[in-house]
Amino acid sequence: MLSRTAENLYWMARYIERADSTARLVEMANRIAIVPGEDNLNEWRSIAAVAGSHHLLPSDKNGFDKHTILRHLIIDTQNPSSICSCITKARENARAVRTALTQEMWEAINNGWRKLQSVDEQDLVRNLSDLMDWVKNRSASLRGASEIGMLRNEGYDFLRLGGYVERADMTLRLLDVKYYVLLPETEVVGGARDHHQWTSVLRAASALRAYHHVYRDDYSPWKIADFLILNPMFPRSLIFCYEQIGVCLKHLLNGSSRSQTCFATANSVVAHLSDIGMGEIFQEGLHEFITEKILINQQLSSEIAKVFYFE
Amino acid sequence: MFDEMRGDRAGVRLPYEKINQWLEKAGPELLQQKSAEIEAIFRRIGITFAVYGEGGDPERLIPFDIVPRVFSASEWRKLSRGVIQRARALNAFLYDVYHRGEILKKGIIPESLVYQNKAFLPQMIGVTPPGKVYSHIVGVDIVRTGENEFYVLEDNCRTPSGVSYMLENREIMLRMFPELFSSNAVEDIDEYPGALRRTLEDVAPLSASRVPTCVLMTPGPFNSAYYEHSLLADLMGIELVEAYDLFVDHDKVWMKTTKGPKQIDVIYRRIDDDFLDPLVFRPDSMLGVPGLFHAYCKGNVTLCSAPGSGIADDKAIYMYVPQMISFYLGETPILENIPTWYCAKDDDLKYVLEHLDELVVKEVHGSGGYGMLIGPHETKENIELYRRRIEVNPAEFIAQPTLQLSTCPTMKDGEAVSRHVDFRPFCLVGKQTCLVPGGLTRVALREGSLVVNSSQGGGVKDTWILTE
Repeated sequence: MLSRTAENLYWMARYIERADSTARLVEMANRIAIVPGEDNLNEWRSIAAVAGSHHLLPSDKNGFDKHTILRHLIIDTQNPSSICSCITKARENARAVRTALTQEMWEAINNGWRKLQSVDEQDLVRNLSDLMDWVKNRSASLRGASEIGMLRNEGYDFLRLGGYVERADMTLRLLDVKYYVLLPETEVVGGARDHHQWTSVLRAASALRAYHHVYRDDYSPWKIADFLILNPMFPRSLIFCYEQIGVCLKHLLNGSSRSQTCFATANSVVAHLSDIGMGEIFQEGLHEFITEKILINQQLSSEIAKVFYFE
Repeated sequence: MFDEMRGDRAGVRLPYEKINQWLEKAGPELLQQKSAEIEAIFRRIGITFAVYGEGGDPERLIPFDIVPRVFSASEWRKLSRGVIQRARALNAFLYDVYHRGEILKKGIIPESLVYQNKAFLPQMIGVTPPGKVYSHIVGVDIVRTGENEFYVLEDNCRTPSGVSYMLENREIMLRMFPELFSSNAVEDIDEYPGALRRTLEDVAPLSASRVPTCVLMTPGPFNSAYYEHSLLADLMGIELVEAYDLFVDHDKVWMKTTKGPKQIDVIYRRIDDDFLDPLVFRPDSMLGVPGLFHAYCKGNVTLCSAPGSGIADDKAIYMYVPQMISFYLGETPILENIPTWYCAKDDDLKYVLEHLDELVVKEVHGSGGYGMLIGPHETKENIELYRRRIEVNPAEFIAQPTLQLSTCPTMKDGEAVSRHVDFRPFCLVGKQTCLVPGGLTRVALREGSLVVNSSQGGGVKDTWILTE
């Protein structure tokens, strides 16, 4: 496969995954904002931080409100991580590799892009939930179309690889912004507010229902962190993403004599996560752990670019 | 004026009988609704083309008209034989002018017209492409003026576009009006991509492996025909490459893949000669592959079409195609040329300037319907302005009589109205010369207009060849 095609597929998947994750974050923040007495603006601000674009917002707290942030996260074309920007870039990637996509995959992306052209501020106020549902549906139909129609060749693996690298990144950044609510000291405080904060972290990762199946309604920061980092069954957990990254890289590098650095990086993360318990992570410091993994994820991405001749 | 459904008289011509019944039965409401549905589908699939420098919607749709254009089997027999004959003569001409130049030595075509032509590439002299084929896809633009009168308007020997519309127009018709195809026996066109791929493989260098590696080279997603490039690559199952996917090493061409470099045997290039290789052609080109032309001359890769093929579809050379047919093939032309005056000749120039209000005048190097004068449809002021342009540089202009192009029923607000059409079949030249039974019908959507170019408000139709 052409390196350029591989690179476009990889980034297309990353952008779609990013749009999807941002939609989940927005839903979560919107839900929290319904509860009275909360510092809602801070919640919105932290969402922008997870989406990696809070530095584009005015630093003065009074300089923005919920709508500023919604516009920023969803339709602002100046923000390279807004849902609109992500889908536009995903479409550019897709358009450059039309032959590597099935007709249905292209339609899923092209439809998404065409509809977003007509979304305005009114829609953000009136139809926010519909709109976010619809964004998630776009990525679901793209995934579905690739699942049923795409040849299981390199293209399929690059697509999945991009998706999992991005998803691991989003889960890590969610933990990075929210780690303080999961720190052990807050357990002492307890009460409805903490409960609310903890569940919000799960919500943002669309993990609330899945969490119930594993821990029922036993919320503790420890278990929540465990679920999002170490649970190999939950498809947004760090270990799940890295196991899948390993599978994709194994296919892609199969039988080649090329550098296996990125494969080794992915494997060492999986090995580390399978070995370590939540106790150790908290002992060593949750924040340090997350920061380190974010760096590894960036390193992995550049190793991938190198071995497949993306530049 | 000849209408292809009504003929010259009242009544309905045989090939259009079923179409006529369908139009009468369906009624305006249904037809209008179907037209709207089709536009929505085209947008969703992304069958668009870009128009440069006009602002507005950067990805525009070519309007699609739902009433098919129909040829009978015997009409098609004549057209296809005529087109194949032309494609063979044009390729023989290209081989000749880049080798011994017999047709010039015999004085049949003036030497200056070839050797001083911008489209003539001196770098190609003495280079022989595999099978002596230069132009592998020849698009011949044909107009009709009567029951048995067909004229060739121009030849396209470089990289004629539009075949994606032929394919997609048929797809959409099959999807929207399946019943039409069960009551009419229409020739299939879906073998086109397979035939194109075989043509490319036919002309691979002898050194190529048993299954040659073919690629389609595009200028990129911002090119107006990008959709067509991606569709054809997809249907042929070959890679769609851009210049920076390729490089030359040891006079061989390679593409950069995730598994390292892979050698390429045949390039179906949809970029102009100028942009092929910055070492030989335009040094400022960002689109080209340095060293590509040298690899080509060494016979390590085949370019389709060959560089320099444009000399065969030059508007001044066009006048001599009938002579080429008798010179190279010893045959009489099956399809006629339109009588053409070349303003470089004094007598012709005098006639043209005296009859500007009756003639169509074109720039020799123009295309896309730009820079054209249609005398009978122009104001006096514009004709005078054009006259001055011709007087300044007569060799840049040719003139032809204003033909009454045939009309076809065309949908307007649910009603069938008459609009002028032309026709472009696509002839493939590899080991064999063949045509898929179909082509692109373009239609001028404005009433009375003779300009069918998509950049000037033209639309497209599905084209049916009825089986015997």
